[in-house]
Amino acid sequence: MTQFQTETDARPATGAEPVIVAKDVEKWYDNGFHVLKGVDLTVNRGEVVVVMGPSGSGKSTFIRTFNALEPYQKGSVEIDGILISHDLKDIEKVRKEVGMVFQQFNLFPHLTVLQNVTLAPIWVRRWPKRKANEVAMQLLERVGIAEQAKKFPGQLSGGQQQRVAIARSLAMQPKAMLFDEPTSALDPEMVREVLDVMRELAGEGMTMVCVTHEVGFAREVADRVVLMADGILVEEGTPDAFFNNPQEERSQKFLSQIL
Amino acid sequence: MTSITPNTSPPSPPLANQPGPIAWMRKNLFSDWFNSLLTVVVVLVLGYTVVGLLTWGFTVAQWQVIPNNLGLFMSGLYPRDLYWRVWTLLGFVCALGGLSWGVLGRNVSTLFSRSVLIGIGVLCAFIVLFPLTRPASLKLLPLLALVVGMAWVGRAIAKKLPNLGVWLSAIWLISLFPLYPLIFNPIPYISLVPGSILGGVGYLFFGAGRPASPVNDWGGLLLTLLVAVSGILLCFPLGLLLALGRRSQLPAVKWLSTAYIELVRGVPLIAILFMGQVMIPLFLPDGMRPERIARAVIGLTLFSAAYLAENVRAGLQAIPRGQSEAAASLGVNMPLTMFFIVLPQALKIAIPAIVGQFISLFQDTTLLSIVGLAELLGISRSILANPTYLGRYAEVYLFIGAIYWFFCYAMSLASRKIEQKLNTTH
Repeated sequence: MTQFQTETDARPATGAEPVIVAKDVEKWYDNGFHVLKGVDLTVNRGEVVVVMGPSGSGKSTFIRTFNALEPYQKGSVEIDGILISHDLKDIEKVRKEVGMVFQQFNLFPHLTVLQNVTLAPIWVRRWPKRKANEVAMQLLERVGIAEQAKKFPGQLSGGQQQRVAIARSLAMQPKAMLFDEPTSALDPEMVREVLDVMRELAGEGMTMVCVTHEVGFAREVADRVVLMADGILVEEGTPDAFFNNPQEERSQKFLSQIL
Repeated sequence: MTSITPNTSPPSPPLANQPGPIAWMRKNLFSDWFNSLLTVVVVLVLGYTVVGLLTWGFTVAQWQVIPNNLGLFMSGLYPRDLYWRVWTLLGFVCALGGLSWGVLGRNVSTLFSRSVLIGIGVLCAFIVLFPLTRPASLKLLPLLALVVGMAWVGRAIAKKLPNLGVWLSAIWLISLFPLYPLIFNPIPYISLVPGSILGGVGYLFFGAGRPASPVNDWGGLLLTLLVAVSGILLCFPLGLLLALGRRSQLPAVKWLSTAYIELVRGVPLIAILFMGQVMIPLFLPDGMRPERIARAVIGLTLFSAAYLAENVRAGLQAIPRGQSEAAASLGVNMPLTMFFIVLPQALKIAIPAIVGQFISLFQDTTLLSIVGLAELLGISRSILANPTYLGRYAEVYLFIGAIYWFFCYAMSLASRKIEQKLNTTH
């Protein structure tokens, strides 16, 4: 299951096992705004997909449909074979298997770092407390903040908080991880420590979908980069192809603005 | 002027913050002629008031009304030969309170810091020296000793048993049971709920001897505290449920909660109390009528719950959506998210407002005197109606005012302590 990707564009298209399959997803906000206008995306096991695009293009909304934080009105999203519908049971099943890291970290400020990480394993996975603590400490070790386990989130820096948030998601042993602009709320000098953790995670074969503006990260880690604009998927390709030789005019315009 | 050289000097020590009393006064009280004038005027007014009050208190006032009626003030018409029950209850509360104090302070370097020691000293001196407490002072001192001793014991035990806090909360909760046989006449068996040792004790103390002390003899501070504590403890869960109900996605629940809250908030408390006294008996058959005190407690509870619900709702709304989204993304379901993530934070935010509500509930108990229950204010008015004590208004009202202040201030002090303890940002 664990696989290391060194060549980003070396992924074989055949024999790939899809984890996330989104088909023709459409969504309207309550105020009638048509935010997703039929988006397709398939993410295979172990694949890292980076979603880019101008703000307001619906990319966050799109990946938030993958764990039903945003309901959608048309099309279908399947996670590991489970269709996300109105069925609450299915939704909870999916959420157990899909971790998410938020722009604003969203740690629980009244719980210690360790409690943040163990809450879901104890109460959702029903692990005994000792096992949950052990796993949590291993994860905190991995993201480099084991010695802060007894502190509260408010006592940590932004970068540390985001790493705790990653550890918290990983504690549920998810099959896929969603990153919603994980470095956008960070001070510049803390972006790196978070990206390093994500890079390592990708290296270990985690299936990841990242909404991010970090071009360096996308070039280095992504198997595929997709560009969303105005609720549609404009272009999709390997990082090489996307950054060096964008086909669509919209992509060229976007890249000229951020590069 | 010249080029800036890198600063290599060691960090400078923090600026001295205590310039001495003279400098402080010059800065804060006499900074210019207007402030000086204000200072002088305020000092004169304050001095005049305080001197006047003290002169009145020591020469004119006839305090005899207080010690002569201390029994009435404290427990109304409660029979004198059964006072030992009240003392036992008080001793029990003091012991439990001391124990809780010790458990809460298990991680503090010392329970008896300088300010606490001074406080205890002042209280002792007050009890021994102050003439008003004389008849009871011999019994108050052991109570104080009990609090201090149990605090010490609680701390010692809590260091070995970290779970003691949970047990203590449970004991506090169970010890409510003695209240119920007191209030609800026809159901003494409630106090015999399995495991409720204290309930049994309460029944033996109060329930079994009821013919000698009908609940309606209760009065004074005892009644005020009984009603206030029951009201506070009952309105909290109800208010919580109403707040959650008002935010519910089920339209019926939401609509009902909202209707209840808006309805109750639109009616004055005194009207609700009158309705409780007059209308509840109309609906219920003879044997099931709750005691008048119970009706008062119900009225207060229903009233306060509506306000409490809005305070809690304000706290709930202050929690960013990201919190429940984060919990949802981990697969935590709605009820658990509410219980572990949203409510703890919301209640923490709402503590000042909730305690404010509790304080006003405590003060609202004075309205019971209007519906004919002799709580502290009611009993004071009947004492004042006694020809022997005619015209002793100032003495009596100052005395009960001090009692109300003591309890309300204790509550707000407790709320501040809790806030400090729950603060996790530092």
